[in-house]
Amino acid sequence: MESAILKTENLSAYYGNNRVVKSVTLPFYERKITVVMGPSGCGKSTFIRCLNRMHELVPGARVEGRVYLRNEDVYAMDPTIVRRKIGMVFQKPNPFPTMSIYDNVIAGYKLTGIKLKKSEADRIVETSLRQAALWDEVKDFLHKRGTFLSGGQQQRLCIARALAMEPEVLLLDEPTSALDPVATARIEELMEELSKTVTIVLVTHNIAQASRISHYTAFFYMGELVEFGPTERVFTVPRDRRTEEYLVGKFG
Amino acid sequence: MKGIKLRIFKDRLFRSAVYALSLLSLTPLFLILLYIFKRGLRVINWEFLTRLPRPVGVENGGIANAIVGTLILVFLASLLSIPPGIWAGIYLAENKNSKLAEAGRTAVDVLQGTPSIVVGIIAYLWIVKPMGRFSALAGGVALAIMMLPVVVRSTEEVVKLIPPYLKEAAFALGASYPKTILRVVLPAALPGIVSGVLLAVSRVAGETAPLLFTAFGNQFMNYNILKPVNALPLVIFNYAMSPYEEWKRLAWGASVVLILLVLAGNLISRTVVKKWKVRF
Repeated sequence: MESAILKTENLSAYYGNNRVVKSVTLPFYERKITVVMGPSGCGKSTFIRCLNRMHELVPGARVEGRVYLRNEDVYAMDPTIVRRKIGMVFQKPNPFPTMSIYDNVIAGYKLTGIKLKKSEADRIVETSLRQAALWDEVKDFLHKRGTFLSGGQQQRLCIARALAMEPEVLLLDEPTSALDPVATARIEELMEELSKTVTIVLVTHNIAQASRISHYTAFFYMGELVEFGPTERVFTVPRDRRTEEYLVGKFG
Repeated sequence: MKGIKLRIFKDRLFRSAVYALSLLSLTPLFLILLYIFKRGLRVINWEFLTRLPRPVGVENGGIANAIVGTLILVFLASLLSIPPGIWAGIYLAENKNSKLAEAGRTAVDVLQGTPSIVVGIIAYLWIVKPMGRFSALAGGVALAIMMLPVVVRSTEEVVKLIPPYLKEAAFALGASYPKTILRVVLPAALPGIVSGVLLAVSRVAGETAPLLFTAFGNQFMNYNILKPVNALPLVIFNYAMSPYEEWKRLAWGASVVLILLVLAGNLISRTVVKKWKVRF
């Protein structure tokens, strides 16, 4: 068995009294792409927001159970350190509108008060943009604002921004749902490339996308983890009827 | 067929009513500007702007001290009202449902509705009486109280418009709440805040009532904020009330200067919003 870099134990998430994630135990294996899949409203976004402690920022939100990052209890760590080690990319590309492309990439350092030498910052910007397959497109106008890029480029900029912090895990919350097919293909290609160095957790309700790029699939329904296993196995011989019905398009 | 003709007629009637009424609502502004410029423009020349007032009967007095005084008063008022106003505005926008924000919002609304003469009396009681004399400082405090609600409310409105996903992006990078507000929210809101502040400034620049018992007026040039200063609205008020033709003429000139100042404030604020527009 491969080692799980990140895992949850009986994780439940609440909005007030509303329990939207129900006692989920799930491992995430190192340098693999794990897809969290399910119909809208199944709690998959809420679930991954518990992993980097973003869920607790919502007023009235609460978490039960445990999350471990390399056997360290995430909820006993400082949340800002958790979020530095577990990066996140959102559904809608959200580069900082008042910052240049350059400053967007190193925003994580600036916003956490880490001082960088110029040469160091240059190196991080170039490496991160190269990793996010954006360097060649933006290297000539790094000091222009990031919001002038196309949607797909903006999303890759956000990925570069997350990668710049050298996270151990990268959470992507439906990163391609606001993009056109060409931009989507580029991001998918990028995720496969990135999985060589970083553990990826991808939320999607796009079944084809899940089958194309993931190593493991977790299927969520109504806040419960219905099924988890290697993607090939889950897609060819689903063990649960609900997984099968979702995969053949009976609902979702 | 008849029905359609009637509808077209009603449509035209409604349209002409909209045009006519919008035109009507613009008329007072144009008449005021026209009249003031007609009477005041020829008064304005270099001497008028750079000389001090002269006694009755002596020609060619100026309003240099009033222009300087207004600048000092507005500067003091900005210094006193902008920092707390922006913080309060951010607090109100960030804590929509807290009891303190609810109370704060009511307080700001009441303050905005307070008659300016009352604000002047309050500043008189707080500053002029304890100090024993009229002063630019007292005038600045009175104008600051007038500015505060405008700054608070415009900041609140602008900060509310900042998309929540920007804050989320900052938090997801490990940023603390203060850093997120200072480095992400505030810069994105800045053009709107600046424009609100400029509107507030040009509004109080023309206030007369709060200055009557505070800045008081002064025939001489004064840069000391602990002494009385002259101000454009005070000059207009005092000269227009006087029986002397020469002074009345100067009051018209001062009106033009004041109006131009206010118009400039408005125009700059519009440019700022357009030029610095933050695309999300």
